[in-house]
Amino acid sequence: MREIALHLLDIAENSVAAQSHNIRIAVYENLQSDLLSASVTDDGRGMDEKTAQRVLDPFYTTRTTRKVGLGIPLLKLAAEMSDGGFSLVTKPGKGTKVEATFRHSHIDRMPLGDLAATFLSLLVSYPHIHWVFIYQVIDKDGLSNEFNFDDVELKTVLGDTSMTEPEILKFVRGMLEEGIGALALQTVN
Amino acid sequence: MPAIKSLEELKRVREEALQKKKVKAAAGNVQVIVAMGTCGIAAGARDTMKSVLSYIETHNLSDVSVTQTGCIGLCEQEPILQVVVGEQPKVVYGKVTAQVAEQIMKQHVQNGTPLKDHVLPI
Repeated sequence: MREIALHLLDIAENSVAAQSHNIRIAVYENLQSDLLSASVTDDGRGMDEKTAQRVLDPFYTTRTTRKVGLGIPLLKLAAEMSDGGFSLVTKPGKGTKVEATFRHSHIDRMPLGDLAATFLSLLVSYPHIHWVFIYQVIDKDGLSNEFNFDDVELKTVLGDTSMTEPEILKFVRGMLEEGIGALALQTVN
Repeated sequence: MPAIKSLEELKRVREEALQKKKVKAAAGNVQVIVAMGTCGIAAGARDTMKSVLSYIETHNLSDVSVTQTGCIGLCEQEPILQVVVGEQPKVVYGKVTAQVAEQIMKQHVQNGTPLKDHVLPI
């Protein structure tokens, strides 16, 4: 994976497969503390302790088509290679939170990448899920800027109109790209 | 949170969308399914998805359902895109880059003729 945004997309797919109703993706860039943190929190079926350990193993997967599950191990590796950390907190019946942290200025820290495309992809493909996207940037002077997206209001206005209708698609894409773009100007990725 | 102004704008956009005459895709219900397993994402499936959505937007295609699926076990063929038009059998395409996706949208989804290239015999 070449972007953190692609890892987030991958982990969110796990959340969808776990039958979540609510999924929240949060990205925090803190240039003061030189930290980048990315997390996916869901209310899906969760995992027991044994499974939670096994998912870190690249040879463990729930899919039946192949014998490897690389998503989580690769994210963990990416975080650790950037002097960061990885955590997975889960409870059966409650949900799961996957969090990866990176030292922002680390030379091996992969770019954050196209967050808007990741969010749009998920929003459009899984309309039955309640999506919350948070992106916050704190610059070197401690000034904070935030993009907070909760799809509830959007869906109330749309009613049963599909998000794949061209005009709606254009609007939603614009909203995500502008909102995120405004923050991304602050950091050099 | 979207500003109140933005939601007003969305209401307007929705009204316009409901009234405008749209370009309909090929006859019947059209489904485009992008595989989004880890293998797919690593191979560029998000860009494939972006290309599909971009085509819908710029060519004003209405009534195309876009969904995702997981890994189907043919990881070397990723990105994989499936098209179901009406009652016709599903067509599965492999190695679907953003450009190939555009071709598929134009020829198959919009005009009803499946591509000859990239088809996977599944």
